[in-house]
Amino acid sequence: MNGFRLRRTLLYVPGNMPSMLQNIPIFQCDGVMIDLEDAVPLSEKDAARILVRSFLENYRERNKELLVRINPLDSPRGFDDLKEVLPALPDGIRLPKADTPEIVETLDTLLTEYEEELGLELGRFSILPSIESAEGIINCVKIARSSPRLIGLAFGAEDFTASLEIERTKTGEELFHARTRVVWAAKAVGIQAIDTIFADAGDMEGLRRETELIKKLGLTGKSLVNPRQIEVIHEVFAPKQEEIDYALQVIEAIGKAREMGTGVASLGGKMVDAPVVKRALRVLKTAQAHGMVDVELDEEVIYGKE
Amino acid sequence: MVRNSLGRWIPESFDGKPLVPYADPYSLRPNRQRATRALRRVNPQDVKLLSGGLREAIEASGLKDGMCISTHHHLRNGDALLGRVVREIDALGLRGIRIGSSSVHPVHAELIPFIEKGVIAGFECGVNGPIGEQASRGEIKCPIWVRTHGGRARSIIDGEVRVDVAFIAAPACDLYGNMSGASGPSACGSLGYAHTDAEYAGCVVAVTDNLVPYPVAPFSIAQSLVDYVVEVENLGDPSKIVSTTTRITTDPVGLQIARYAADVIAASGLLKDGFSFQTGSGGTSLAVADQVRRMMREGKIKGSFGCGGITGYFVDMLEEGLFDVLFDVQCFDLRAVDSIGRNRNHLEISADMYANPFNAGAVVNRLDCVILGATEVDVNFNVNVNTESNGYLLHNTGGHSDTAAGAKLSIIVAPSIRGRLPIVRDEVTTITTPGETIDVIVTERGIAVNEKHPELKKELLRRKVPVKDIGQLHKEITQVTGTPRPLEFEDEIVALIEYRDGTIIDAVRRVKE
Repeated sequence: MNGFRLRRTLLYVPGNMPSMLQNIPIFQCDGVMIDLEDAVPLSEKDAARILVRSFLENYRERNKELLVRINPLDSPRGFDDLKEVLPALPDGIRLPKADTPEIVETLDTLLTEYEEELGLELGRFSILPSIESAEGIINCVKIARSSPRLIGLAFGAEDFTASLEIERTKTGEELFHARTRVVWAAKAVGIQAIDTIFADAGDMEGLRRETELIKKLGLTGKSLVNPRQIEVIHEVFAPKQEEIDYALQVIEAIGKAREMGTGVASLGGKMVDAPVVKRALRVLKTAQAHGMVDVELDEEVIYGKE
Repeated sequence: MVRNSLGRWIPESFDGKPLVPYADPYSLRPNRQRATRALRRVNPQDVKLLSGGLREAIEASGLKDGMCISTHHHLRNGDALLGRVVREIDALGLRGIRIGSSSVHPVHAELIPFIEKGVIAGFECGVNGPIGEQASRGEIKCPIWVRTHGGRARSIIDGEVRVDVAFIAAPACDLYGNMSGASGPSACGSLGYAHTDAEYAGCVVAVTDNLVPYPVAPFSIAQSLVDYVVEVENLGDPSKIVSTTTRITTDPVGLQIARYAADVIAASGLLKDGFSFQTGSGGTSLAVADQVRRMMREGKIKGSFGCGGITGYFVDMLEEGLFDVLFDVQCFDLRAVDSIGRNRNHLEISADMYANPFNAGAVVNRLDCVILGATEVDVNFNVNVNTESNGYLLHNTGGHSDTAAGAKLSIIVAPSIRGRLPIVRDEVTTITTPGETIDVIVTERGIAVNEKHPELKKELLRRKVPVKDIGQLHKEITQVTGTPRPLEFEDEIVALIEYRDGTIIDAVRRVKE
């Protein structure tokens, strides 16, 4: 189970709004991304930085993953953000405009320096880079391999469609290739693929359709702008009871098969081998994170003991 | 001064009347007769419809200095009747009149000059808005008796308050005084709060802007109770009849609270066939209703009744078959008004039947679950809905204490923080509803269960709902907000908070400015 963490819902919270920051503990999203970038007007950047630091210092009983979206590293603001907030120990940094592996490497180096300075374990701060331009999409395969700190790749469709000079639609045909490329790049190195925001907070049906689509494509979660969207996304990502029942049967079947000295079993006339077991394991881990099952699981079940 | 059982200091008398301090919600038993009034005789040749308007009605009623008048609050902030009646009373030179209306709204700030002038000498009802604020600041001198909806009906029926003349705004009325709220330009639906006035007031005047041919059918107040009928051009502004919010909240905090409240209801074991339910009209309450509706649909549960102030939301649940009956003491929106004239099982009930503790059993006693709001709650589960954080008396009690005492499960829903202020306190500013009648407090930061329900607490913990000790919840919230500086009050008492049985649960004192 090591390293398995649900990131179905990563909620943006504006870093300059105390009334919203104070509610971070109560939202039931998997993580929050406190935003110092787009949500904060230029005139409030300094104040927001101090506010976020103070919020993080006082938020001691952390009950979700906490990332801070800093300003891009092509201006001094991004560096100032890191200096202010890292001592207050967020879990990681959401890096905007991560168009090249070099940008991520720069952040990686900076984080290492801060970890040394603050006396922290190396690698403590994670990175979630935003793939949000045509260049970023082209480079995302390399970006995914640019730092061991990466927990995923986050696709940003608003900036991406702007860079393509096209409109973003609710059906998302224009994003299909970009999304699949992000998924491949992420899955190839075993990290998560986080989808873009769905901007219309009033359209729950549209959100549900988009989430169903990205789940099918292999994305593992979404960034979101409004806490009201959390419930729908969790519903879509929750495994169905039939899936859980089937996964439990798969694990049982392969266990029996191994006792009989084979790595392949048959379940209801269908072959069960390693890829099927792997998928079942994934379903059960997700179900467990949803509190839907309570079973002991480990990777051994896939290939058996050595 | 004596301390009541909740530790509040209560004077021995107020406004010339001796007081009984609050002891507990259920044991006080009255040992007297119902109030009475004179018999009448109206012969076939007698005319009840007066051509001289309100002034003639006031003269005909025999209203004198020091007497008490009433109106109902079904027109809420759109009501023009109370103001007009008071202006006519002033013009006739009468003084020292007491206002015994079912409630007073911000629109009635127009009464303030008449308080200063001595036309109005006191309020036998709670007040919403500026009158309470000015009284709290010591700017007007005028004793205020805050009563619950059930307590007001009780006070008239048991004779604590004698209404001398009731002016009943009638959205539809005939020349003999049959009244209905279901139609007309000022349609407000149920006339539930006016029934007691019609039955007990010394003189009953129907005032209408919609005189229809005899007989009004169906009627909700009968001709046999009505002395005079007066026609006016309008009763007020119909666009302001609709109560506060009647839409489900979109605020994520409110929605989170609603989900937790739904978890509590689900865990309570009450949600089964025959379920009865009341919520208010606020956005969070409606979000709870929405969750309840979902659970009833999913569980194929058929409820018995919904009650209280009725919204379109409850009408939908009736029409969907989720409830058999709606007991409607007041309509909160126009969809409820429309329904009461159309749906046979959408029943108008009086405030007496709804919530009076001194009758042979009120509807609130049959409630499984009620959702209530709060301005503040304290670590003993006491609730304040009357005074604001600045100490001003700004809100009437409504049916809060009545339903809390009646329902099997009374749930308070409130955000933990409102405008930087913690809602859970060591001590509330004013006790409206005693903690012994509150079962659960739900905030977005956690749920506190009254100690008298260990089983419910255990079940909620089993369901992984964030149940916390109320002290812990209080601590968590004040860690965010800090502890506000305590308010300072003078000794002077501006209002009394009467519990539904007529005992005094708290006193509101003048704010030190």
